[in-house]
Amino acid sequence: MNIMRTIRVSLRALNRNKMRSFLTALGIIIGVGAVIAMVSIGQGAKIEVEKRFESMGTNLLFVRPGSRSFRGIHGGGGTYVNLMPSDAQAIEENCTAVQYVSPSVSGRAQVVYGNKNWNTSIQGAGAKYPEIRNWEIEDGIFFDENMVKAGAKVCVLGSEVRENLFEYEDPIGQIIRIRKIPFSVLGTLKSLGESGGWFNRDDMIVIPYTTAQRRLLGIIHIQSIDVSAVSTARSAEAQEQIEEILRIRHKIAPGAEDDFNVRNMEEMAEGAAESTKILTILLGGIASVSLLVGGIGIMNIMLVSVTERIREIGIRMSVGAREKDILYQFLTEAIVLSVLGGIIGIAVGVIASRLISHFAGWQTLVSLSAIVLAFLFSGSVGIFFGFYPARKASKLDPIEALRYE
Amino acid sequence: MDENNNLIQLENLTKIYKVGETEVRALNDVSSTIKEGDFMAIMGPSGSGKSTLMNIIGCLDRPTEGKYILEGELVSTLDRNKLARIRNKKIGFVFQTFNLLARTTALENTELPLIYSKTPGKEARDLAYKALSVVGLEGRELHRTNQLSGGEQQRVAIARSLVNDPSLLLADEPTGNLDTKTGKEIMEIFKKLNKEKNITVILVTHDPEIAQFARRRIYLRDGQIVKEERE
Repeated sequence: MNIMRTIRVSLRALNRNKMRSFLTALGIIIGVGAVIAMVSIGQGAKIEVEKRFESMGTNLLFVRPGSRSFRGIHGGGGTYVNLMPSDAQAIEENCTAVQYVSPSVSGRAQVVYGNKNWNTSIQGAGAKYPEIRNWEIEDGIFFDENMVKAGAKVCVLGSEVRENLFEYEDPIGQIIRIRKIPFSVLGTLKSLGESGGWFNRDDMIVIPYTTAQRRLLGIIHIQSIDVSAVSTARSAEAQEQIEEILRIRHKIAPGAEDDFNVRNMEEMAEGAAESTKILTILLGGIASVSLLVGGIGIMNIMLVSVTERIREIGIRMSVGAREKDILYQFLTEAIVLSVLGGIIGIAVGVIASRLISHFAGWQTLVSLSAIVLAFLFSGSVGIFFGFYPARKASKLDPIEALRYE
Repeated sequence: MDENNNLIQLENLTKIYKVGETEVRALNDVSSTIKEGDFMAIMGPSGSGKSTLMNIIGCLDRPTEGKYILEGELVSTLDRNKLARIRNKKIGFVFQTFNLLARTTALENTELPLIYSKTPGKEARDLAYKALSVVGLEGRELHRTNQLSGGEQQRVAIARSLVNDPSLLLADEPTGNLDTKTGKEIMEIFKKLNKEKNITVILVTHDPEIAQFARRRIYLRDGQIVKEERE
């Protein structure tokens, strides 16, 4: 029997028992659909995470003071007061893999404009801060190097602060008061959206770090140094260079622990990507179990089908069907059933992931590889679970099969 | 084929079935020859071994002892797959219960042996149409088996047994499920095929009236040939 004839024969046989064929295929449909939908959720999450890190800049590095311990009592991270603006300057001058550097301090303050007031976080930063953080200026300008040096009383507003203080008014050139000190508004930042978690990046005011140190916080150290590497690929190199220069500047003996930490955004992004990958595997794995159950359903029905058609098998054998012919016939039937189920399942999975996107608001991605994999998997389920019943059919004794009632 | 024109040579065929501990001798040292173009009836009461003999001649079963030579080829020692090829090429079966595929057309049933001989689709169709016209079923080719009467179903079965141009037709109680008139019509077809196409026909029956259509009759009892008649 050639392949096309075999497929036609098996389609006819499946067609004879439409309801049963459909219910059998349903196991595969649900299995494949679930695998595709679940993997698409995992892949969507991965893309979402990547995008979020991308928007923060994967070439970002943060330098923070380390934890200090005094007579056996350990302070938390950042308890050292040892980062100075000169450290930032040294990094900028000596590290070749570093692009921009910005010292950073922060605090909270009450801000007032006219009859409105708002409590928000104040970020003290250098002139290159927007470039480092990938932030865009919506209106006006950001402060420049000279203003930072001079400790100018200028500020740039986050979009939420702008909304709360100015509503529909144009804030550029207006004077707001931060802890009663007048600052003139230079520009506003484009909305960044929630960064995930409690931290709202739009609810802040950026001012020169020098101004923040002197006027608002009364300190001479800085709380962290934000750095951007020349490229994402070179961020590990930048990290090494920063560590090296800071160890020299902080006079840390070889083998002694650093009194600072450098965090690399690339590493964090990789860690996050890794966890979404695990999520994808987990979801896909759980869904695969239903595919397996669907396969067992096929085996069950094929066994019933063989028993029901013993007579037919006998007739075919009496006119010259060999073991191989009978084996292929029933195997093809199982494969056709599972592959048809697989094709419908792919459609169901794609629709399901669209619906999940629509109703749950999650990003999903149906990748071609997931579709191909699910399809091949359903085909192999057919072969694997169809083989035993098919073999059983092919080994029947023609005389007994013909006599079977 | 040897010089005696023998289609079939049976030499000391013995078939033993084991039922639990006891052995049942279904055939006991049966020898015979059947010439090409013969029309033979195998008769005997139930349990006489006629079905076993028929199964062995039809290559559905193998003897425990003895030789079966079909067209000069020793077939009693062939394996399952080789027997399947012999059934496909050289033997046509007609059963008491017709044994057609349900919910399938007369044409498709007739084509069935050709599927397994790998005859191309178009050629298989033509051969099936031809075989159906030989048994007088022109115009009913596309009827499903459940739309056909018993006599018509048996005609489809005969067409199926003919389609591969076999050297031997085996009919096991072909009229058992038919009324007398239809049974006679079916027997006339066998007679015609035997006469006009020189096809060897072996008939298994316990009905003496049906056996009269054959030119030669052998009687089995307890697995042995007890009597033989020839016209």
